[in-house]
Amino acid sequence: MEAHPADSNTLDRYEATGGYATLRKALVEMSPEQIRDEVKAANLRGRGGAGFPAGVKWGFLAPAEPRYLVINADESEPGTFKDRQLLERDPHQLIEGIVLSSYALGVNHAFIYIRGEYARPARRVQRAVEEAYDAGYLGENILDSGLALEVTVHLGAGAYICGEETALLNSLEGRRGEPRLKPPFPAVEGLYAMPTIVNNVETISNIPWIIANGGSAYDAIGPEGSRGTRMFSLSGHVARPGNYEVVMGMTWREMIYQIGGGIRDGNELKCWIPGGASAPWFTPAVLDEPVTLDDAGRLGSMLGSGGIVVMDETTDVVAAALSIVKFFAHESCGQCTPCREGATWLERILQRIVTGHGREADIGLLLDVCDNISPGLRWPPAQTTICPLGPSLVSPITSIMTHFRSEVEAMIRHAEPAGV
Amino acid sequence: MSWPDDVVERAEGMVAKYPESRSAVMPLLYLAMREDKGLTLDGMRQVADYTGLTPVQVESVASFYSMYKRDSVGDYIVSVCTSISCHLLGGDEVLEAVAEETGVPPGETGSDGRFSVEGVECIGACGGAPAVQVNYELVEGVTPDSSRRLCRWLADDQPVVISSDQMQADFGGIRSFDWGPAEPGGATGPVPAFGPLGTEGQRS
Repeated sequence: MEAHPADSNTLDRYEATGGYATLRKALVEMSPEQIRDEVKAANLRGRGGAGFPAGVKWGFLAPAEPRYLVINADESEPGTFKDRQLLERDPHQLIEGIVLSSYALGVNHAFIYIRGEYARPARRVQRAVEEAYDAGYLGENILDSGLALEVTVHLGAGAYICGEETALLNSLEGRRGEPRLKPPFPAVEGLYAMPTIVNNVETISNIPWIIANGGSAYDAIGPEGSRGTRMFSLSGHVARPGNYEVVMGMTWREMIYQIGGGIRDGNELKCWIPGGASAPWFTPAVLDEPVTLDDAGRLGSMLGSGGIVVMDETTDVVAAALSIVKFFAHESCGQCTPCREGATWLERILQRIVTGHGREADIGLLLDVCDNISPGLRWPPAQTTICPLGPSLVSPITSIMTHFRSEVEAMIRHAEPAGV
Repeated sequence: MSWPDDVVERAEGMVAKYPESRSAVMPLLYLAMREDKGLTLDGMRQVADYTGLTPVQVESVASFYSMYKRDSVGDYIVSVCTSISCHLLGGDEVLEAVAEETGVPPGETGSDGRFSVEGVECIGACGGAPAVQVNYELVEGVTPDSSRRLCRWLADDQPVVISSDQMQADFGGIRSFDWGPAEPGGATGPVPAFGPLGTEGQRS
């Protein structure tokens, strides 16, 4: 593996390794439409969680002006830390992607929305933005092309839900970060009710390569439906946690045992979360299935944010599910009753099971509450809520009930009779 | 009471960065928090003046986000991650150790105003779990023992600038990834050090 240059975050290093050459060339030789066509041909699927094709999303952008591009750097999905590395180590790659995308989309003001807890990544990005202004890659007349682009770095303040694109737009407008009903979609009515594209950090970081090498070259990498390389964050009980940029299509066994170095302390694998805390869990039964977006969907889960959380045989899966439910209960924005009330109840019921006060009826009660949030408990999930946070908090519970129900039952059987 | 001139200048700069002044409410809330060491009614009135909102509208926004602290906060906010990856690798034990060492229960601020302690949701350091932030500056791969030493160092040395690199070297372990070159400066207070909010060695 090639070592990452220590100063990769600086403009000097980025330029020395070919950075901004693509922008320089594209502004002269390519029309905005040609750039859009290349991105569409690349079949680049969004790296934020939903996996929606970026080129198709761009195609929905309404003609009204001004239009905005918003980079979603609100990475908060438990188990995910890949955007943090892209922000800290390669901010200029993101900025070049932003300028290329803004040119393609007719945007003159772009925003980078970074979560508040990412103080260091935000500093690095801010400094890179200033370097880019000074070097003429941003500002009034970029590289004498006539293109004008302002970039504003915006800091969030500790709300997971702002990673949902319409909540992010509300937050950026200076409002509570509550998701909006869709439609209208942001591409039609987004920031300040104007056409807006919201793309993830990693998605836009792919744009310079795609424009340099062509959409068809990108489309030639990896299996159909999962084109290009992708960053995965490996964590939990894996021997070598970290971020890994890979071509998709390898098996989960290869992902966990070769890339991740297997399970710590020579333990046995119990289960893993394939795509951030919102994703239903996988067990060793699917170890030889390929790591692709479509296969993960077929198997009842998703690659989501790319956060793979590995749990070994020593894991108390009910306590693990409680940790995730607690997260969503804390982060529910409170707009929709099934999510706001359901999350709290699910947390309390799981809490009493974990602390040895579970009741016999609790399993039925948990599933009933889950069914009120995500009717039918199926995949892809139905929802009674404005945004997918509701179904997300159902995932850990259906996962333990599907795969480890006997452990939950045993915990309840051994409960103290005088429960709370 | 109104803000001093240099703060006014920063506030005006924040408003100018956005097409609509209302968008500046979030950075202005950080500024107000930094001025008053916690969010006060007076601070929110100032924010309202710059954004054309009413103080109640500002408060409605502030109350939504967990990093805007209504009560006064300590010199050091110690945030211990307890989300799934940190949970699996001992984050709960780290939180317990921090609470014990500082004498401040999670979610509270000590009476001497030195520490605020909190268990927090995922801070994007899962590959270096368990992880802690001090004034939003990160240290990865801590243990209950090293986090106790970290708290003792904060109490004894009372550092003015909190640097991730220094904490990582002295109290950290495994990292999510190679951080690259050391950063100048760090946090100078319990709000995220960023841009005009007081980062050493950085233009704004």
